[in-house]
Amino acid sequence: MSIQYNKHTFKDNVEENLNNSFMRGAVVSAQDRLRTGRINAAEELGDWEEWRAHGEEIRQHVLNNLDYYLHELAENVEKAGGHVFFAKTAKDATDYIQEVATKKNAKKIVKSKSMVTEEISLNEALEEAGCTVVETDLGEYILQIDNHDKPSHIVAPALHKNAQQVKDVFVDKLDYNPQKSAEAGELARHVRTTLRNEFLTADIGITGCNFAVAESGSICLVTNEGNAGMVTTIPKTQITVMGMERLVPTFEELEVLVNMLTRSAVGQKLPSYVNVMTGPRKPGETDGPEEFHLVIVDNGRSNILGTDFQSILQCIRCGACVNVCPVYRHIGGHSYNSIYSGPIGAVLTPLLAGYEDYKELPYASSLCGACSEACPVKIPLHELLLKHRERIVEQEGKAPISEAMLMKAFSLGGSSSSIYATGAKIASRVVAPLSKNGKISKGPGPLKAWTEVRDFPAPKKERFRDWFKEHEKGSDK
Amino acid sequence: MIQHREEFLETIGNSLKRTVNTKVKPQRNWKYAPQKKGYQGLSQDDLLEILEKQCDKIHTDVVTTTVKDLPNALEQVVDQYGGGPISMWQDSRFDDYNLKPLYEEKWPNKGYDVSKWFPELGEQNIQNAEKANIGLTFSEYVLAESGTVVLFSDQAHGKSVGLLPNNFIAIVKKSMIVPRMTQVAELLNKRIESGESLPSAIDFVSGPSNSADIEMKLVVGVHGPIHATYIILMDE
Ligand code: SF4
Repeated sequence: MSIQYNKHTFKDNVEENLNNSFMRGAVVSAQDRLRTGRINAAEELGDWEEWRAHGEEIRQHVLNNLDYYLHELAENVEKAGGHVFFAKTAKDATDYIQEVATKKNAKKIVKSKSMVTEEISLNEALEEAGCTVVETDLGEYILQIDNHDKPSHIVAPALHKNAQQVKDVFVDKLDYNPQKSAEAGELARHVRTTLRNEFLTADIGITGCNFAVAESGSICLVTNEGNAGMVTTIPKTQITVMGMERLVPTFEELEVLVNMLTRSAVGQKLPSYVNVMTGPRKPGETDGPEEFHLVIVDNGRSNILGTDFQSILQCIRCGACVNVCPVYRHIGGHSYNSIYSGPIGAVLTPLLAGYEDYKELPYASSLCGACSEACPVKIPLHELLLKHRERIVEQEGKAPISEAMLMKAFSLGGSSSSIYATGAKIASRVVAPLSKNGKISKGPGPLKAWTEVRDFPAPKKERFRDWFKEHEKGSDK
Repeated sequence: MIQHREEFLETIGNSLKRTVNTKVKPQRNWKYAPQKKGYQGLSQDDLLEILEKQCDKIHTDVVTTTVKDLPNALEQVVDQYGGGPISMWQDSRFDDYNLKPLYEEKWPNKGYDVSKWFPELGEQNIQNAEKANIGLTFSEYVLAESGTVVLFSDQAHGKSVGLLPNNFIAIVKKSMIVPRMTQVAELLNKRIESGESLPSAIDFVSGPSNSADIEMKLVVGVHGPIHATYIILMDE
């Protein structure tokens, strides 16, 4: 899968998803659960605002000194016995990995969940090189065996399938006994057996990288299922692919960010597994890879660095912004037509993949600011969305979506009193670039579908979070 | 081998609108340090209490015992998990704690296969761990807040032992309970600064493996262990 799912228009994707009622229900309850989990975990930790401020300063410091830390990381990976390949483009990365696979005469490859490998279409490249690629994160695995279905959420990729659908896929593809139940535990246990076999016979293990530690050359992977542990324990060759910004200076900062990541993602203090690997296995060791390759990917990130959008590179991929977004709640993950959905996707996808295909995405937001408030590393997401809109209007001479539709969709009614915008200042900034020229189309824009949504939030003068709490109790589920 | 680093960093320097710096270590003058707050002045008993509460939440059993009673306690947990095969590290602490009669006589007599992790066995080690019903390890530290054991792997301490078997048992000293990951990170930092190399794998394990990928329902034991028990040595 590349960053993009399909060539449908944004409008068609939205409409298709609005018609999928199971998915919409699943999205709502997942959002509620993950969001509540995060808020509880943050409260439990205490001083959450200070944690956020620290998370932000760590990430900003790393970005501002990225050259130093990447250099140091590479030195230390090499010292530990690993190889480092710096890849400017997706193709450089996939070419190198293909080369390693060919050299190793690899037939089977096991992978643990990774966004960046999706971004560079690694699976396709490996299949082209004659390898079978097996995703091992349960959610990703379900999607993969179901003819490469698309992920719908950053941390819960198979959210849009119910257990019965999963069972049907298993019966069809994994010889799951049709007499057995569609109970989640039983289904998962079946995968334990089928995937165990894949792990034991794999030639190469491929992982993403939650964080790398510059000072030690270590790679840190965070999972609940333990699949990253398996991928990095059994195969003889390991390839880790990291976005160039995903590193920290030392263990001290690693610890802070891992804690913030898992609390923000699912409300856990720590996940079941935090695996820290430093180089390949040492002499005399039996498990862990004999050969370790770290592939560091730019793929457009350096074009973001040093611009108004730099702060998006602070992202630690926790999905907290996704779980508070009222627009995501209504249109679901697939509408974004990108592996990155929700507010992070609406900001990042157009930067990595261009406005051509993604100029509507920055409009998939009510600018309520809930995402910015939820972000553990304080990325001003809604402000970045506004910046996108300003740029798009500058480039295109018009907005891709009509102002009237936008206002109607979010029940703003053109009123500056709307608290969806975090203040009149922002509201007027939204309106200004849209109405600057007379070219705004009055026809039904892609947002039309949203207006048909039953209970699209029509907030009064209350804070978003209070509104959310209020609605949680109601019929929204 | 490091490939294409120079031109890669050059691009980054251009983006940052300055010359590339690979020599001068950036100063980390953090304004905030929230992780250093809290958990002040807690006794080991307090930490144990926090640990037990957290383990309850993550489906992990905690058994407290003494060095003297450890053989009994361990035998019981192993029986509860349905016995062998048992995969264990090769570690002098097993003998220090008088567990030899258990793994050399009692368990084999009960028909429980026992395999220790010997470097010279090579791949066989992994196969043993894969077939094992129980994996038995020590843990260097325990994090109270998150219910986490910390496994350092090396020649005699295979990573697979904590990962492949259906059930996981870790023996830990009460004195090694620390509040949270912060303290272990500090220790690792010191190690690195003094030029020591790190183990090739450090695994922070918090309870059995789990997933919520199907309908957001929590299930345990997807790839790693299905059950986990920490045995705490109260007098150590
Ligand atoms: S933008 Fe912030 S909240 Fe969203 S995924 Fe990234 S770190 Fe998490």
